[in-house]
Amino acid sequence: MTTHYLVLSALLFSIGALGVLLRRNAIVVFMCVELMLNACNLAFVTFAGQHGSLDGQLIAFFVMVVAAAEVVIGLAIIVMIFRTRRSASVDDANLLKY
Amino acid sequence: MGETITFWVLAVVSVAAALGLVFSRKAVYSALMLGLVMLSLAVLYAVQDAPFLAAVQIIVYTGAVMMLFLFVLMLVGVDSSDSLVETIRGQRFWAALAGLGFAALLVLGVGNAVFGTAPGVGQAAQAKGGNIPALAEMIFTRHVFAFEVTSALLITAALGAMVLAHRERTRPKATQRDLARARFAGPQPSPLPGPGTYALHNAIDMPALLPDGSVSAKSINRVLARHELEEGYTPTDPEKAELIRQALAKGEQEERDKGVEPEQPLQVKDAIIKEDGE
Repeated sequence: MTTHYLVLSALLFSIGALGVLLRRNAIVVFMCVELMLNACNLAFVTFAGQHGSLDGQLIAFFVMVVAAAEVVIGLAIIVMIFRTRRSASVDDANLLKY
Repeated sequence: MGETITFWVLAVVSVAAALGLVFSRKAVYSALMLGLVMLSLAVLYAVQDAPFLAAVQIIVYTGAVMMLFLFVLMLVGVDSSDSLVETIRGQRFWAALAGLGFAALLVLGVGNAVFGTAPGVGQAAQAKGGNIPALAEMIFTRHVFAFEVTSALLITAALGAMVLAHRERTRPKATQRDLARARFAGPQPSPLPGPGTYALHNAIDMPALLPDGSVSAKSINRVLARHELEEGYTPTDPEKAELIRQALAKGEQEERDKGVEPEQPLQVKDAIIKEDGE
């Protein structure tokens, strides 16, 4: 069963990575990053079961805390960019490009 | 057996929802799909002897994080859909190739690893009197420093969000007195004429008629009227469409007489913004 869970986790992680590469709405890109974090958590929980110790679950818990903090800051930045550029597309935030 | 069935049902659901998250055009659908993935992962945690994580997943992710996402989506505008123009040549193809290659690499690598039978965390948790007491003991003994640092992180995040989302007021707030003074010192102390007054029709887009039969440009919203004319939403009755056109032209003429450049049509404006952006 461990392999099944890990394959599911790998699939979800790659779908998230694909979304980050493909989508250009900053909020959707952010959701894909969350999907990748969730996939990692699934792998952590699976390995906790595989090794018979609770450390994996503990790490997953800390990942959730960090993800929550990251979401708060990231969304605040997106709102700020939207206020100045009137757009949530990652293509429009290009003032540092040249 | 029960775990296997649960796994296969939820695996299919979560992968399908993840694909929906990536490929749905509307951002709100993406958010709902992400919520579905998170809920199925919560059930998978519960199946894998992690009841605490399952609860935290539902409370933190589907509760707080998803609500925050939806909140920002509504704030930013639900219809802020992706543009379909590729800004980097061949980006979509190479991104898809990279994603598929990455998936194949991960799945083959993981699939080839050989694992013995998983003992599960049941025994480790049982020794400490259950999953939650065992986790609590680890958090407050071996990992207590990381736990304390977490609180610093959360406080910094809350403070950062407040600083980032705060907007400094650059001018003092207008009081009721200021508003009244501005209104009576301005060109029109009375309310603007309502749309459709003395006209055939009282819809919001129909200009009011003045006593001499001409249209009153002040009675309709110029932005609305221009939008209707440009996008072709004018009434089917040619007479009414003509009235809207007259009101718009009259308003722009009045602005020109006052020396104000009337606002450009939307397409022209977009073109200007594009040129600035290049």
